[in-house]
Amino acid sequence: MKLSNKFLALGIFVTLILASVVSYYASGDPDGLEKVAEEKGFLDDAVDHSLGDSPLADYGVSGVADDRLSVALAGSFGVLLMLVGSTLLFKFLAKRK
Amino acid sequence: MHAPDGFINAPVSLGTGAVSASILAIALNKAKNELDEKAAPMAGLVAAYVFAAQMLNFPVALGTSGHLLGGALAAILIGPWTGMIAVSVVVILQALLFADGGLTALGFNVFNMGIITVFSGWFVFILLTKFLKGRSGIVIAAFIAALISVPVSAVSFVSQYAIGGTGTLDVLDVLVAMFSVHVLIGIGEGLITALTISAVLVLRPDLVFGARGKIKTELQIKESKVS
Repeated sequence: MKLSNKFLALGIFVTLILASVVSYYASGDPDGLEKVAEEKGFLDDAVDHSLGDSPLADYGVSGVADDRLSVALAGSFGVLLMLVGSTLLFKFLAKRK
Repeated sequence: MHAPDGFINAPVSLGTGAVSASILAIALNKAKNELDEKAAPMAGLVAAYVFAAQMLNFPVALGTSGHLLGGALAAILIGPWTGMIAVSVVVILQALLFADGGLTALGFNVFNMGIITVFSGWFVFILLTKFLKGRSGIVIAAFIAALISVPVSAVSFVSQYAIGGTGTLDVLDVLVAMFSVHVLIGIGEGLITALTISAVLVLRPDLVFGARGKIKTELQIKESKVS
Protein backbone atom coordinates (compact mmCIF):
# COMPACT_ATOMS: atom_id res chain seq x y z
CA MET A 1 0.00 0.00 0.00
CA LYS A 2 1.30 3.43 -0.89
CA LEU A 3 2.02 5.77 1.99
CA SER A 4 -0.70 8.21 0.93
CA ASN A 5 -3.28 5.41 0.72
CA LYS A 6 -2.26 4.20 4.16
CA PHE A 7 -2.78 7.65 5.64
CA LEU A 8 -6.12 8.00 3.87
CA ALA A 9 -7.29 4.60 5.12
CA LEU A 10 -6.31 5.49 8.69
CA GLY A 11 -8.05 8.86 8.39
CA ILE A 12 -11.27 7.32 7.09
CA PHE A 13 -11.20 4.69 9.84
CA VAL A 14 -10.76 7.28 12.61
CA THR A 15 -13.46 9.50 11.09
CA LEU A 16 -15.94 6.61 10.86
CA ILE A 17 -15.29 5.67 14.50
CA LEU A 18 -15.86 9.27 15.60
CA ALA A 19 -19.13 9.59 13.68
CA SER A 20 -20.56 6.16 14.42
CA VAL A 21 -19.31 5.20 17.89
CA VAL A 22 -17.99 8.26 19.76
CA SER A 23 -20.98 10.34 18.58
CA TYR A 24 -23.29 8.30 20.82
CA TYR A 25 -21.50 9.76 23.83
CA ALA A 26 -21.68 13.38 22.65
CA SER A 27 -23.21 15.90 25.02
CA GLY A 28 -26.94 16.29 24.53
CA ASP A 29 -27.00 19.72 26.16
CA PRO A 30 -28.03 22.72 24.05
CA ASP A 31 -25.14 24.33 22.18
CA GLY A 32 -23.90 27.86 22.83
CA LEU A 33 -26.38 29.55 20.49
CA GLU A 34 -29.35 27.52 21.68
CA LYS A 35 -28.46 28.19 25.32
CA VAL A 36 -28.15 31.93 24.76
CA ALA A 37 -31.44 31.92 22.82
CA GLU A 38 -33.08 30.15 25.72
CA GLU A 39 -31.65 32.46 28.39
CA LYS A 40 -32.32 35.67 26.49
CA GLY A 41 -35.76 34.50 25.47
CA PHE A 42 -35.62 34.19 21.69
CA LEU A 43 -35.56 30.41 21.43
CA ASP A 44 -39.32 30.41 20.84
CA ASP A 45 -38.77 32.42 17.64
CA ALA A 46 -37.34 29.24 16.10
CA VAL A 47 -39.66 27.48 13.68
CA ASP A 48 -39.59 23.75 13.04
CA HIS A 49 -37.23 22.56 10.33
CA SER A 50 -39.02 22.25 6.99
CA LEU A 51 -37.32 18.89 6.49
CA GLY A 52 -37.70 17.82 10.13
CA ASP A 53 -39.40 14.59 9.06
CA SER A 54 -36.62 13.56 6.68
CA PRO A 55 -35.29 10.01 7.21
CA LEU A 56 -31.95 11.22 8.65
CA ALA A 57 -33.24 14.15 10.71
CA ASP A 58 -31.23 14.87 13.86
CA TYR A 59 -28.54 12.33 13.00
CA GLY A 60 -30.69 9.26 13.38
CA VAL A 61 -32.32 6.88 10.94
CA SER A 62 -36.09 6.98 11.23
CA GLY A 63 -37.52 3.56 11.98
CA VAL A 64 -34.38 2.32 13.77
CA ALA A 65 -35.42 1.94 17.40
CA ASP A 66 -31.96 1.34 18.90
CA ASP A 67 -30.37 4.76 19.54
CA ARG A 68 -26.84 3.47 19.32
CA LEU A 69 -27.45 1.81 15.95
CA SER A 70 -29.46 4.73 14.66
CA VAL A 71 -26.72 7.32 15.22
CA ALA A 72 -24.06 4.88 14.00
CA LEU A 73 -25.88 4.38 10.68
CA ALA A 74 -26.61 8.08 10.20
CA GLY A 75 -23.06 9.06 11.16
CA SER A 76 -21.32 6.58 8.89
CA PHE A 77 -23.64 7.40 5.99
CA GLY A 78 -22.83 11.09 6.50
CA VAL A 79 -19.09 10.45 6.60
CA LEU A 80 -19.11 8.36 3.43
CA LEU A 81 -21.32 10.89 1.64
CA MET A 82 -19.07 13.84 2.59
CA LEU A 83 -15.99 11.82 1.66
CA VAL A 84 -17.15 10.63 -1.75
CA GLY A 85 -19.16 13.72 -2.66
CA SER A 86 -16.52 16.28 -1.81
CA THR A 87 -13.64 14.20 -3.20
CA LEU A 88 -15.44 14.12 -6.55
CA LEU A 89 -16.09 17.86 -6.34
CA PHE A 90 -12.42 18.55 -5.51
CA LYS A 91 -11.18 16.27 -8.29
CA PHE A 92 -13.41 18.18 -10.71
CA LEU A 93 -12.13 21.53 -9.41
CA ALA A 94 -8.49 20.40 -9.61
CA LYS A 95 -8.91 19.33 -13.24
CA ARG A 96 -10.51 22.59 -14.27
CA LYS A 97 -7.25 24.51 -14.68
CA MET B 1 -24.12 27.47 16.07
CA HIS B 2 -26.54 25.90 13.56
CA ALA B 3 -29.28 28.51 13.70
CA PRO B 4 -32.83 27.33 13.01
CA ASP B 5 -35.26 29.22 10.80
CA GLY B 6 -37.10 32.05 12.50
CA PHE B 7 -34.29 33.81 14.38
CA ILE B 8 -33.41 36.17 11.56
CA ASN B 9 -35.82 37.74 9.06
CA ALA B 10 -36.04 36.94 5.36
CA PRO B 11 -34.25 40.01 3.93
CA VAL B 12 -31.14 39.55 6.08
CA SER B 13 -31.19 35.76 5.52
CA LEU B 14 -31.42 36.22 1.77
CA GLY B 15 -28.85 39.01 1.74
CA THR B 16 -26.33 36.99 3.72
CA GLY B 17 -27.12 34.02 1.49
CA ALA B 18 -26.22 36.07 -1.57
CA VAL B 19 -22.94 37.13 0.06
CA SER B 20 -22.13 33.49 0.91
CA ALA B 21 -22.96 32.33 -2.62
CA SER B 22 -20.69 34.98 -4.13
CA ILE B 23 -17.78 34.14 -1.85
CA LEU B 24 -18.22 30.41 -2.53
CA ALA B 25 -18.21 31.11 -6.28
CA ILE B 26 -14.84 32.81 -5.83
CA ALA B 27 -13.64 29.90 -3.67
CA LEU B 28 -14.66 27.33 -6.31
CA ASN B 29 -12.51 29.22 -8.76
CA LYS B 30 -9.54 29.81 -6.44
CA ALA B 31 -9.45 26.30 -4.96
CA LYS B 32 -7.82 24.92 -8.10
CA ASN B 33 -4.64 26.79 -7.20
CA GLU B 34 -4.47 24.89 -3.91
CA LEU B 35 -5.51 21.52 -5.27
CA ASP B 36 -4.12 18.91 -7.54
CA GLU B 37 -5.82 15.62 -8.25
CA LYS B 38 -3.69 13.89 -5.63
CA ALA B 39 -4.84 16.36 -2.97
CA ALA B 40 -8.55 15.80 -3.69
CA PRO B 41 -9.00 12.71 -1.46
CA MET B 42 -7.26 14.53 1.44
CA ALA B 43 -9.67 17.44 0.99
CA GLY B 44 -12.57 14.99 0.92
CA LEU B 45 -11.29 13.39 4.11
CA VAL B 46 -11.19 16.81 5.79
CA ALA B 47 -14.86 17.41 4.88
CA ALA B 48 -15.80 14.01 6.30
CA TYR B 49 -13.72 14.64 9.45
CA VAL B 50 -15.36 18.03 10.03
CA PHE B 51 -18.78 16.40 9.62
CA ALA B 52 -17.89 13.73 12.17
CA ALA B 53 -16.37 16.20 14.63
CA GLN B 54 -19.45 18.43 14.40
CA MET B 55 -21.50 15.51 15.75
CA LEU B 56 -19.34 15.46 18.88
CA ASN B 57 -20.75 18.06 21.22
CA PHE B 58 -18.53 18.55 24.26
CA PRO B 59 -19.67 20.18 27.51
CA VAL B 60 -18.34 23.70 28.08
CA ALA B 61 -20.35 24.98 31.04
CA LEU B 62 -23.27 23.86 33.11
CA GLY B 63 -25.94 22.64 30.69
CA THR B 64 -24.17 24.02 27.63
CA SER B 65 -22.25 22.25 24.90
CA GLY B 66 -20.33 23.14 21.80
CA HIS B 67 -18.76 21.39 18.86
CA LEU B 68 -15.96 21.96 16.39
CA LEU B 69 -16.75 24.37 13.57
CA GLY B 70 -13.66 23.33 11.65
CA GLY B 71 -12.97 26.37 9.49
CA ALA B 72 -9.50 27.05 10.87
CA LEU B 73 -8.63 23.33 10.82
CA ALA B 74 -9.72 22.91 7.22
CA ALA B 75 -7.89 26.06 6.09
CA ILE B 76 -4.62 24.93 7.68
CA LEU B 77 -4.91 21.35 6.38
CA ILE B 78 -6.03 21.94 2.78
CA GLY B 79 -5.83 25.67 2.13
CA PRO B 80 -8.31 28.48 2.83
CA TRP B 81 -10.39 28.33 -0.39
CA THR B 82 -10.57 24.54 -0.44
CA GLY B 83 -11.26 24.50 3.29
CA MET B 84 -14.06 27.00 2.87
CA ILE B 85 -15.72 24.75 0.29
CA ALA B 86 -15.24 21.66 2.48
CA VAL B 87 -16.91 23.17 5.58
CA SER B 88 -19.65 24.79 3.49
CA VAL B 89 -20.46 21.45 1.83
CA VAL B 90 -20.81 19.98 5.33
CA VAL B 91 -23.11 22.78 6.55
CA ILE B 92 -25.27 22.59 3.40
CA LEU B 93 -25.70 18.80 3.57
CA GLN B 94 -26.42 18.98 7.32
CA ALA B 95 -29.34 21.31 6.61
CA LEU B 96 -30.64 19.33 3.62
CA LEU B 97 -30.25 15.78 4.95
CA PHE B 98 -29.95 15.90 8.72
CA ALA B 99 -32.36 18.78 9.50
CA ASP B 100 -29.51 20.54 11.33
CA GLY B 101 -29.70 24.28 10.70
CA GLY B 102 -32.70 25.88 9.00
CA LEU B 103 -33.14 26.15 5.24
CA THR B 104 -33.74 29.91 5.10
CA ALA B 105 -30.96 30.18 7.71
CA LEU B 106 -28.58 28.28 5.44
CA GLY B 107 -27.10 31.39 3.83
CA PHE B 108 -25.91 32.90 7.10
CA ASN B 109 -25.12 29.53 8.68
CA VAL B 110 -22.70 28.88 5.81
CA PHE B 111 -21.28 32.37 6.25
CA ASN B 112 -20.84 32.05 10.01
CA MET B 113 -19.54 28.48 10.14
CA GLY B 114 -17.92 27.89 6.76
CA ILE B 115 -16.64 31.27 5.61
CA ILE B 116 -15.87 33.69 8.45
CA THR B 117 -14.15 30.94 10.47
CA VAL B 118 -11.84 30.23 7.53
CA PHE B 119 -11.02 33.90 6.88
CA SER B 120 -10.38 34.71 10.54
CA GLY B 121 -8.63 31.42 11.34
CA TRP B 122 -6.35 31.57 8.30
CA PHE B 123 -5.52 35.24 8.89
CA VAL B 124 -4.50 34.60 12.51
CA PHE B 125 -2.57 31.47 11.52
CA ILE B 126 -0.57 33.29 8.81
CA LEU B 127 0.12 36.18 11.15
CA LEU B 128 1.30 33.96 14.02
CA THR B 129 3.46 31.65 11.93
CA LYS B 130 5.55 34.68 10.97
CA PHE B 131 6.79 34.57 14.56
CA LEU B 132 6.18 30.99 15.68
CA LYS B 133 8.48 28.63 13.87
CA GLY B 134 8.80 24.89 13.44
CA ARG B 135 6.27 22.18 14.14
CA SER B 136 5.41 23.38 17.63
CA GLY B 137 4.99 26.90 16.26
CA ILE B 138 2.49 25.62 13.71
CA VAL B 139 0.55 23.72 16.36
CA ILE B 140 0.42 26.71 18.74
CA ALA B 141 -0.62 29.01 15.91
CA ALA B 142 -3.34 26.51 14.92
CA PHE B 143 -4.64 26.44 18.49
CA ILE B 144 -4.90 30.22 18.76
CA ALA B 145 -6.31 30.62 15.22
CA ALA B 146 -9.03 28.05 15.87
CA LEU B 147 -9.84 29.51 19.29
CA ILE B 148 -10.32 33.01 17.87
CA SER B 149 -12.40 31.82 14.89
CA VAL B 150 -15.26 30.66 17.14
CA PRO B 151 -16.07 33.95 18.95
CA VAL B 152 -15.60 35.68 15.57
CA SER B 153 -18.29 33.38 14.19
CA ALA B 154 -20.53 34.18 17.18
CA VAL B 155 -20.06 37.94 16.72
CA SER B 156 -20.88 37.50 13.04
CA PHE B 157 -24.18 35.85 13.98
CA VAL B 158 -24.98 38.60 16.49
CA SER B 159 -24.32 41.29 13.87
CA GLN B 160 -26.84 39.59 11.57
CA TYR B 161 -29.19 39.28 14.51
CA ALA B 162 -28.75 43.00 15.27
CA ILE B 163 -29.93 43.89 11.76
CA GLY B 164 -32.52 41.21 11.11
CA GLY B 165 -33.36 39.54 14.41
CA THR B 166 -37.05 38.74 14.80
CA GLY B 167 -36.95 39.32 18.56
CA THR B 168 -36.83 42.69 20.27
CA LEU B 169 -33.83 42.19 22.48
CA ASP B 170 -30.95 44.16 23.85
CA VAL B 171 -28.34 43.32 21.23
CA LEU B 172 -25.45 44.14 23.54
CA ASP B 173 -26.80 41.67 26.06
CA VAL B 174 -26.97 38.94 23.38
CA LEU B 175 -23.48 39.90 22.17
CA VAL B 176 -21.90 39.52 25.60
CA ALA B 177 -23.62 36.17 26.20
CA MET B 178 -22.75 34.81 22.74
CA PHE B 179 -19.16 36.03 22.90
CA SER B 180 -18.38 34.60 26.32
CA VAL B 181 -19.84 31.14 25.76
CA HIS B 182 -18.11 30.91 22.38
CA VAL B 183 -14.73 31.75 23.88
CA LEU B 184 -15.20 28.59 25.97
CA ILE B 185 -16.25 26.58 22.92
CA GLY B 186 -13.26 28.12 21.12
CA ILE B 187 -10.89 26.54 23.64
CA GLY B 188 -12.32 23.14 22.65
CA GLU B 189 -12.03 24.11 18.98
CA GLY B 190 -8.40 25.06 19.55
CA LEU B 191 -7.57 21.82 21.34
CA ILE B 192 -9.19 19.59 18.70
CA THR B 193 -7.57 21.59 15.91
CA ALA B 194 -4.11 21.51 17.52
CA LEU B 195 -4.41 17.78 18.24
CA THR B 196 -5.48 16.98 14.69
CA ILE B 197 -2.80 19.16 13.08
CA SER B 198 -0.05 17.67 15.26
CA ALA B 199 -1.19 14.13 14.40
CA VAL B 200 -1.06 14.88 10.67
CA LEU B 201 2.31 16.65 11.13
CA VAL B 202 3.70 13.46 12.67
CA LEU B 203 2.26 11.10 10.06
CA ARG B 204 2.31 13.11 6.85
CA PRO B 205 3.74 16.63 7.31
CA ASP B 206 3.73 17.07 3.54
CA LEU B 207 -0.08 17.00 3.59
CA VAL B 208 -0.47 20.07 5.82
CA PHE B 209 -1.11 23.01 3.48
CA GLY B 210 -0.34 25.59 6.17
CA ALA B 211 3.06 23.98 6.87
CA ARG B 212 4.32 24.22 3.29
CA GLY B 213 7.66 25.93 3.17
CA LYS B 214 7.62 26.28 6.96
CA ILE B 215 9.01 22.90 7.99
CA LYS B 216 11.06 20.22 6.35
CA THR B 217 8.97 17.32 5.17
CA GLU B 218 11.05 14.29 5.93
CA LEU B 219 9.66 12.33 3.04
CA GLN B 220 12.20 13.82 0.68
CA ILE B 221 14.49 11.04 -0.44
CA LYS B 222 17.81 11.45 1.27
CA GLU B 223 20.94 11.05 -0.78
CA SER B 224 22.74 7.85 -0.08
CA LYS B 225 26.03 8.30 1.69
CA VAL B 226 27.36 5.08 0.26
CA SER B 227 29.25 5.79 -2.91
